[in-house]
Amino acid sequence: MTAEAMRPEFEYTDNLHARHRAGRIWHLVFQAATIVGIIALTALLLNILDQSLGYAVYEAKVDPATLAMNGIPLEELPKADLVHILQGNLSSGAFNKLNHEQPFNERSRQNVYALVIERVVRYKIVESWNLWESLLNAGEIRARAAQQHPDAELRFVSWLRADFISRPQSSEPVTAGVRTAILGSLWTILITILLAFPLGVGAAIYLEEYAGNNWINRIIQTNINNLAGVPSIIYGILGLAIFVRALEPLTSGAVFGFVDPTTANGRTVLSAGLTLGLLVLPVIIINSQEAIRAVPQSLRKASYSLGATKWQTVWSHVLPNALPGILTGTILAISRAIGETAPLVVIGASTAISFDPASPFSKFTTLPIQIYQWTARPQEEFRHLAAAAILVLLALLLSLNASAVLMRTHFSRKF
Amino acid sequence: MKLHNGTEKKDYSPAMIDLKKRRRLGETVIQSLLFFAGFFSIFTTLGIVYELGKEALLFFRTPAVNLFKFLSGTQWQPHINEFGILPLVNATLMTTLIAMSIALPLGLAVAMYLSEYASTKVRDTLNPVLEILAGIPTIVYGYFALMFVTPILRGIFGRDIVDIYNTASAGLVMGILILPLITSMSEDALNAVPRSLREAAYGLGATKLEVAVKIVVPAALSGIAAAFILGISRAIGETMIVAMAAGAGPNFTFNPFKGAETMTGHIVRISGGDLSYDSIDYDSIFAIGLMLFIITLSLNLVSQRIVRRFREVYE
Repeated sequence: MTAEAMRPEFEYTDNLHARHRAGRIWHLVFQAATIVGIIALTALLLNILDQSLGYAVYEAKVDPATLAMNGIPLEELPKADLVHILQGNLSSGAFNKLNHEQPFNERSRQNVYALVIERVVRYKIVESWNLWESLLNAGEIRARAAQQHPDAELRFVSWLRADFISRPQSSEPVTAGVRTAILGSLWTILITILLAFPLGVGAAIYLEEYAGNNWINRIIQTNINNLAGVPSIIYGILGLAIFVRALEPLTSGAVFGFVDPTTANGRTVLSAGLTLGLLVLPVIIINSQEAIRAVPQSLRKASYSLGATKWQTVWSHVLPNALPGILTGTILAISRAIGETAPLVVIGASTAISFDPASPFSKFTTLPIQIYQWTARPQEEFRHLAAAAILVLLALLLSLNASAVLMRTHFSRKF
Repeated sequence: MKLHNGTEKKDYSPAMIDLKKRRRLGETVIQSLLFFAGFFSIFTTLGIVYELGKEALLFFRTPAVNLFKFLSGTQWQPHINEFGILPLVNATLMTTLIAMSIALPLGLAVAMYLSEYASTKVRDTLNPVLEILAGIPTIVYGYFALMFVTPILRGIFGRDIVDIYNTASAGLVMGILILPLITSMSEDALNAVPRSLREAAYGLGATKLEVAVKIVVPAALSGIAAAFILGISRAIGETMIVAMAAGAGPNFTFNPFKGAETMTGHIVRISGGDLSYDSIDYDSIFAIGLMLFIITLSLNLVSQRIVRRFREVYE
């Protein structure tokens, strides 16, 4: 065999080396891209953890040491003495108000102690650091705190604590909590579900089981697909124009003879819930449609052959089998609604309310809104609070998603 | 005929059974209710179009505004009656461009890795991670942009060059936000390419990379393009990240390290306070909203069209 005849094979093997090398390089590139994605997620979570823990300097308005009586420090004083301190340091009006809310002899010692700390000692945070700084420069921070705030106390705090969840919103970082926001979120979501779930499932049943292939049904289907892609802020503008402005008598409760002393002008829980309901409706419809489509045709045929009507078939055979899918899709849509911020800002969530929403016609704030407002403040402490609130929000969403996944695995049937 | 329980049963001959469809009131009522539920979303669309159109019309009727200046003006300053939307559009385009230049290559690469290279085990662990990423509320991304990415950018490029609020950091984080969308849609498109195509290419001696790049990607191109366009539409409509990190105040600049307000960011800031219904500010958010609606709707339609028109159907 001549050298010329061998030639193509040499070229082939020469090339092969380069081709394999290119393959390996790109394999690494694709892998690296995936790792970058994971790093981004990790950085995001770490950043929030980093902000939610760390040193903070607490400055007391009244030094707890001066409140000690007969040599017993404040923490160990009996309840009677604590009540006495309250009486001595608060105006009589404020004291009587507290007594009116819950008489002092019914309150626990711990409760009274908390009141003394909140109303008399009145801690204020003057400086704070995040976790990373707190771990790396602990010595420097201690020295700085001792030098700049000699009377104050340096504490290592977790901004997310039990009373952060149980306290209402407040303008003081020490006492601020997210109870108002959590309740606002729950109220809003309740209304969202009441609107979007029946309508969404109904629409999905219509489109999958009843709708023939004619122009009007095609328009409905196309319209739903397009609505799912409309930015959420547009829904906010729609809610502002329709629910807050045009339907104000309804959404502020005036129609029902409901007069809110803190008039909200239609910027109520009801408006927010309805707006979010419109927002998640297309998502619920599309998810439910998929679940209904997955029910095999043989089940329907069997039902018809026994003489069942259309609705009997849908109600007793299609829906029970599609329900796990429908619920999973709905939960995912609802968790999207819980995290939604922009439309609620547009329809006018309240900036600072410290009372709990009591009815659909109350003013409201929600968790994401609270996070947004705290982040927008220049003080470092509120950024820490925002991080703690984000952890609460993520925990809420995570448990919702986990329940959706569990439901999917628990109820899913294979046909 | 005597039945076993003793009652007499009439003998039906087949001709006597009434097989005519009977009208059932309950069924009709339920069907109309379901039709109403289906039709309800049409009202939403009509509501959006009507309200945006009506208030935007009011806005353009105002003597201080004219359509030409609205579309070509480079100043948006309501207090001196300057309503040029270009600064807002420019900031939106900048954040979108930065986001897409992160999300497209990265998203496509992750999709290629997951569908062509990764083992089933890796895929089953990574897909939930992407789902988590997709489920995080945008407000959290906004916080991340402001508290993490911006300080890093300022550390790298210097505090004098990078403002506290800047479009670069908002755009980068928006890229991470859109990444799961691009990845999952592209992965679906890649997975839809039949195995036989890959096997045929392997049979001809192609390497794994060649199969992926020269066979699978071209076959899935329509799905990838649709994902890309949908990503752009998401980026344009994205609000909280830009509201928190991109800056408050319209600014006509091409410098990504300066603060500039986007269309969505402006709507959020203006409506954040107590807005009176008859002010020009109130009307202006509807005009901007209309613009936003038209842009995102047409992008979504194009995306759907591409999928339908160019999808390769395999037997």
